[in-house]
Amino acid sequence: MSGQAAPGRQPLVVRGFGSLGELVLDGLAALGRFGGFFILAVRFLFTPPVKLGRLSERIHFIGYKSLTIVILTGAFTGMVLALQLFLTLTRFGSEAFVGPALALALIRELGPVLCALIVTGRAGSALTAEIGIMRISEQIDALTVMALSPYRYLVVPSIVAGVLTFPLMVSLFDVVGIYGGYLVAVKLLGMSAGTYFGEMQTFVDWSDIATGLWKAFSFGIIVTWVCTYKGFYCGHGAEGVARATTQAVVLSSILILMWDYFLGTVLP
Amino acid sequence: MIAVEGLYRSFGAQPVLRGIDLTVAAGEIMVVIGRSGGGKSVLLKHLVGLLRPDTGRVLVDGQDITHLGNRDLDRVRARYGVVFQGGALFDSMSVYDNVAFPLREKVKVPAAEARRRVEEKLAQVGLAGMGHKNPAEISGGMRKRVAIARALVTEPQVVFFDEPTTGLDPILVNTIHHLIRELHAKFRFTAVMVSHELPEIFEIADRVAMLHEGRIVETGAPAAIQASTNPVVRQFIRGDVEGALPAPQ
Repeated sequence: MSGQAAPGRQPLVVRGFGSLGELVLDGLAALGRFGGFFILAVRFLFTPPVKLGRLSERIHFIGYKSLTIVILTGAFTGMVLALQLFLTLTRFGSEAFVGPALALALIRELGPVLCALIVTGRAGSALTAEIGIMRISEQIDALTVMALSPYRYLVVPSIVAGVLTFPLMVSLFDVVGIYGGYLVAVKLLGMSAGTYFGEMQTFVDWSDIATGLWKAFSFGIIVTWVCTYKGFYCGHGAEGVARATTQAVVLSSILILMWDYFLGTVLP
Repeated sequence: MIAVEGLYRSFGAQPVLRGIDLTVAAGEIMVVIGRSGGGKSVLLKHLVGLLRPDTGRVLVDGQDITHLGNRDLDRVRARYGVVFQGGALFDSMSVYDNVAFPLREKVKVPAAEARRRVEEKLAQVGLAGMGHKNPAEISGGMRKRVAIARALVTEPQVVFFDEPTTGLDPILVNTIHHLIRELHAKFRFTAVMVSHELPEIFEIADRVAMLHEGRIVETGAPAAIQASTNPVVRQFIRGDVEGALPAPQ
């Protein structure tokens, strides 16, 4: 008689623990690969030559091509925020605070988060799909066998472009949002422009702006890191690319919200 | 030049290479034949360092490349040119830029010299004046020829061809085979080609190796392979449905 039971004959509890163990180990391996991917990217960032041509192309792709959607979303976010704040604050006789409340909400929270989520949907998903297609069509292998690092050509320029463009896009989102709010609060609902902007100057200080920019900076890293990683390690065929793209958008969005909460608790 | 010793590689529980032994002499064209899905491309990926084996070694000029770090491996790869199965052309670049890419980024030759070499290579593969086209705008055969031009533009010492003629019509197959032979005669590179274009490959190969069930079952000159008494080799060359090879699934 054999002393060991065959896997199929093991008790349900043992099999359950086995599956759980495998799941944990797979998760840890994926986490290690995800971290290693970023460390390698950082290493190549500080190892010349820097691919300036690729960087400007990525800035154009992530930043410039997202401008329309950032402006549109910023404007409507500011407009709806002004409308809701006006209607709410009027009940308390505090409509004078529409301007600062809107500006603080936009600059500290909504601007960075909404802008990052929107850019993830537009540029992040495209980034994953592009790198994923390069993976399945062996273009990444072609770079590797040419003794040219795909990190240097594909990953580093994307992450640097994210770091540079996200704060700029968020700033634009905030400014457009504030003017969108001005249109509704001042031009539509009859508030005075002096009250709208004057109170804003009183209540919004540099630390609020710095908080928003720190968030934008870190979201730029998160989105480009996740999206390039998912494309780089996508599965086989069109289905693999599609799954990687979905995962990139979902994971980026979750990490943006989690990191936003974390930064909200540690930043002034 | 290249020696493969006891190469073993599995994916999960599925062994693909089960102890490959193969030598490729400098300057020869070695063609590896075998059934589709038999591990030929996996073998090629080990030779270029894209995959690492579970056990075994790949020696290039006596240097074991299986445990080299990326930087050292890149030094070995600097002497390589690789033609991928699908061409692997960069679709964000024109045909001209694809061929010029390794010259600009890898060899870093002056712009005028790069232009001369790219135009010369495009002319050699019969694509003079097509440099402005996008890879998506050209046919499959043209893409393969651009891939060959890109692999050879740096004048590598070793060129790997992964099924360079798969999916092409017989005339294009012969055109590309003649082109490889011609370029080989001119530049005397060592070539390892994975293919199942039979009997056409016998025209260009110096030696042929048959891969079956993860092992090289026979190696020899084209004439010797064609006259082989090994039932697996005989059935594969003749394309018989019945025989020693398992039926297709």
